[in-house]
Amino acid sequence: MAVMGTRMLRKEDPPLVTGEAKYVDDIHVPGELWMGMVRSTQANARLASVDVTGALTQPGVVAAYTGADLVDGYWVAPLPCAWPVTPDMLNPPHYPVAVSHARYVGDIVAVVLATSRYAAADAVEHVVVDYETLPAAASLEVAATDSALAHPDLGTNKAYTWAIDADPEGLAAALEGSAHRVKATFTQQRLIPSAMEPRGVLAIPSPHGQDMTLYSSSQVPHILKVMVAATTGLPEHSLRVIAPQVGGGFGAKLNINADEILAVALANKLKKPVRWTETRTEAAMSTTQGRGQRQHIELGCDADGKLTGVRVYIQADMGAYMQLITPGTPLLGSFLYTGVYACPQFGFVCEGFFTNLTPTDAYRGAGRPEASYAIERAMDMLALEAGITPEEIRRRNYAGGGEFFENWTAPSGLVFDSGNYGPNLDLALNMADIAGLRSEQARRRAAGERKQLGIGMCTYVEICGLAPSRALGDLGYAAGGWEHATVRMLPTGKVEVVSGSTPHGQGHETSWSMIVADKMGIDPADVVVLHSDTARSPLGLDTYGSRSLAVGGVAIAMATDKVIQKAKAIVAHQMEANVEDMVLDDGNIMVAGSPDRSTPIQAVGFAAFSAHNLPEGMEPNLQEQVSFDPSNFAFPFGTHVCVVEVDTETGYTDVIDYIAVDDCGNQVNPLIVEGQVHGGIVQGVAQALWEYAQYDTEGNPLNPSFMDYLVPSPMEMPNMRLDSTVTPSTSNPLGVKGVGEAGTIGSAAAAINAVVDALSHLGVTDIDMPATPQKVWRLIQSLDQPSANAEEVSA
Amino acid sequence: MDVQFSVNGTTYDSNVEPRTLLVHHLRDGLGLTGTNVGCDTSSCGACTIHVDGESVKSCTMLAVQANGADLTTIEGMASGSDLHPMQQAFMENHGLQCGYCTPGMIMAATSLLAENPNPTEAEVREGLEGNLCRCTGYHNIIKSVMACAAGMGA
Repeated sequence: MAVMGTRMLRKEDPPLVTGEAKYVDDIHVPGELWMGMVRSTQANARLASVDVTGALTQPGVVAAYTGADLVDGYWVAPLPCAWPVTPDMLNPPHYPVAVSHARYVGDIVAVVLATSRYAAADAVEHVVVDYETLPAAASLEVAATDSALAHPDLGTNKAYTWAIDADPEGLAAALEGSAHRVKATFTQQRLIPSAMEPRGVLAIPSPHGQDMTLYSSSQVPHILKVMVAATTGLPEHSLRVIAPQVGGGFGAKLNINADEILAVALANKLKKPVRWTETRTEAAMSTTQGRGQRQHIELGCDADGKLTGVRVYIQADMGAYMQLITPGTPLLGSFLYTGVYACPQFGFVCEGFFTNLTPTDAYRGAGRPEASYAIERAMDMLALEAGITPEEIRRRNYAGGGEFFENWTAPSGLVFDSGNYGPNLDLALNMADIAGLRSEQARRRAAGERKQLGIGMCTYVEICGLAPSRALGDLGYAAGGWEHATVRMLPTGKVEVVSGSTPHGQGHETSWSMIVADKMGIDPADVVVLHSDTARSPLGLDTYGSRSLAVGGVAIAMATDKVIQKAKAIVAHQMEANVEDMVLDDGNIMVAGSPDRSTPIQAVGFAAFSAHNLPEGMEPNLQEQVSFDPSNFAFPFGTHVCVVEVDTETGYTDVIDYIAVDDCGNQVNPLIVEGQVHGGIVQGVAQALWEYAQYDTEGNPLNPSFMDYLVPSPMEMPNMRLDSTVTPSTSNPLGVKGVGEAGTIGSAAAAINAVVDALSHLGVTDIDMPATPQKVWRLIQSLDQPSANAEEVSA
Repeated sequence: MDVQFSVNGTTYDSNVEPRTLLVHHLRDGLGLTGTNVGCDTSSCGACTIHVDGESVKSCTMLAVQANGADLTTIEGMASGSDLHPMQQAFMENHGLQCGYCTPGMIMAATSLLAENPNPTEAEVREGLEGNLCRCTGYHNIIKSVMACAAGMGA
C-alpha cells in the first residue's frame, strides 16, 4: 500500500477536535501546589530587600522563597547555556530566582506556593520588594555603547564576537571594484513567539520511590531531563520528563526555563506536586523572545549584475541572560547571508550584546529568517542600483546557474545538498502573473491612484536537518544532532514506533506511521507512534530546526528497514529459502517470483515473539533501533511572491495575494507540508507588517498582551496559493529536507520587498519592520515634504 | 456562592467564589478541560463556549453569571462516537495543527453558521476575528468552515 506522498488525514486530530487531549494545565494531581512568580518591575536593579512575610499569612499559602533562600541546596548549577560560541564568551550565572540583582522586567525575584491558582496569584501581591534601580541597557543601541550596563560587574555588554572572515582584504577589494554597490542597515525587531498554549509545568515527586516526574509544555523533554539533572543535582535516572499535548512551540519551548527547574527543586524539597502555568502577560515578559538584531550588509555586483562580495556585520540582542542557545541563534543564519547565490567573497561578523530585556533565543527559523531577509532585501536594492528587475538579478546569481545541482559549496563553506532555483522561480512568477501585475502597477502609478500595487519576491534557502553532530561540535554546541528511533512489531502484528523527536502540532504520528506503513506495505492504522515521554522514549534530541523528518524520520525509516530484513530472515528460515531471495511485496514476504507461498509481514511478529522456529543464533522479538547522525544538513529552498496594496493616504498595507513555491525535497504528506507553509508565511508576514515587542527607554514592556501585541487574526491575510518543486536531498536516504520554518524564512523579505516596490516610484528604498500604517504614512509624508517632516520621522 | 447550570446536558450544582471566571470553574472545578485558556485579556477566543446557544468567551463571564444557563462546551459537540460536522470538517481539511485554539474555533464557527448558514469566505474571516491561531495561518480553518457550511447546507 503506497502511502508516502499521499494526503492522509492526521491521526492526531480526533482527541484535539473533541477536547479530549491533555495539555499540561489539564492534568491535576491531589495535593498539588501552585507557584506564583513575583517578577521584577525594574529592568536593572539591585534587590535591597525582598520580603515574603506578608505573603506567608495569606489564605492557602504554604511557602514563599526569595532567591537568597534558594541559593544553597536547591541547585548545583545555574540555568544552562548549551552554546558557548567562543571560548571567551561572557556568560554570567543565571539562577531561577534572582539572588541580589534583577536584570529585566519579568525576572523572577521570589516565588510563593499556594493551594490554588487564585491563592497563588493573590499572594504574589503581598511580597514587598525594595529595588535600587540602575540605568537600563534597554535597547541594542544603548547596549552597544556600554552607556548602561546590563551586568555592571562585567564592565561591558559585549558578550562575544564571532566571525567568518577568510579574506577580509579580498572582500574589501571586491566591493571596491564593484560596478554597483549597496550598503544597508536592517532592523530585526524583537518578536514574542506566542504559541497559543502558554507554557506550564507540573513536577510530581514520589517521596518513597525516590523519583520525580516533570510534565512540561516543552519541545525538548529529552534535553530538559539532562538539564534538570545538571541544574538540580537530582540523579538523571530518577527523572522522567513528559511533554504531553503541546500547543505550539515555535522555538520558545525549546529552552530550559526557570519555572521548570523551580518546580522540580521545590517539589523535591516539599515532597509535594508543584505546578505553574504562565499567563499570557508572563509569557510575553519571561518566555524567550525571537530575533532582536541590527544587520549591516554591504554587497556589490559587476556590470553584468553578478555578485562580487557580501559583507555582513550583525549586532545581536542577547537579552539579560544566555538561555539555552541564545548566543548561537544568530550564527544559525551566518552561513546563509549569501542566500542562494554564487559569490566570490563573503565575510560575516556577529557581536552579541547583553541588554536588560527578556532573553532572546530561537524563534521559528532562528537566525535564518534574519539572514534571508537581509540578503533578499539587499538583492532588491542592488537590482535597483543595477537597473535590472528583481527576478533578473536573482537569475544571474543563482547557484548552479539556476539549474539543478548537487553538493555545491556555498561562499560560507557549507555544502548545499541539492538545488534547482531557476524553475522554482519561474513557477512562482507564472502563478503570480508577474507581467500582468507589473502592467497593473504601471497603470495605477500613471493614474496616481490612492492604492498602489507592490510585488515582492524572495528566493530563500535554509539549513534544516539539524544536525551532523561533528558540525555542531565544530560550532561549539554542547550536544549532538542525531536522532533515535525504535521500531518493533508486536506479537499481534501491530507496530510500535518510538521516536526521539517530539511534536507540538507538526503531525509526527501521522508522518511516522506513513513512513513505516509504506515500507512494510501495511495499513498506517496498524502503526502507533510513542514519543515525548522519556520513560517510553529514553533516547532523543527532540524537535527544532526543521530536523524531525530529515533526522528523526530517517532514523525511523532505517529502523524499519532493519525490521523488514530480520522478518525476511525469519520467513526465509521457515521456508528453507535463502534470505537474499526474499522480497516484501504489499505486506507479504515471499521468495522472489513465487507469490504462491508467502507470509504476511505482520504474522512474523508472533513468530519472532514465540521464538519457536528462528534461525540458529537469532535473538527473539522483532525490534530494531537506529541512532541516525546525518552526514550533512539539508537545504530546502523556495520562491515566495507577495502582492500588496498600499494605501498612500493611510499607510495601510493590504496583502492581496501570496504565492509560495517551496521545495522541501521528497514529501511524506503534502497536506502537512502545506499546513506548515501556511502558518510559517503568516508568521513571517506578521514580522514584516505587524508584530513588534516594544519597550520604553527604562526597559518596560509596552505591549505584553494580545490586546497590544498584534498576533494576526483571520482578517489580516488572504488565502495563500501554494505549489512545490521537488529536488531530493542527498543528505539522507529519504531525500527529504524539512519544511517547518520555510514559510517564515521566505515571507518577511517578500512582504517588505512588496511594500517598498509599491512606493518605489515615490522614492522609497527601504522601510523598517514592522511596516505599520503609521510608519508607512510618515515615510510617504517625509518624501512629500522633506523639510517639514524630517523631525517627526526621526522621532 | 451557590450556582446551578447545565453543561452538555448535565446539571451541576456548585459553590464558587464570586470572582471565579467561568472558564476556570469549567476547567478546574468541573474537570471539563477541553475548553482552553490562551490569554488573559479576552483576546484569543481559545475559551469560546456556547451559553444558551450563543458563542461566548468563557473568560469574560463569572461562573455565577452562568446561573440558570444552558452551556455547551467542546466535550458536548460529538454524539457518542459521531463527531459534529464541524469537528469532522476541521479534520478533513487539516484545519488544526497543535489543536490548542481548535475547541474555541469549532465553538465559534458552529455559532457563526447557526447565524449565517451560507457565509462568504470574508464573512467567515470576520466571524472568527476574535479567535487566534498561531499554526495554520487560518487558511485551512476558513476552508474547514466553508466545507462544513457546504456540507450542512446540502
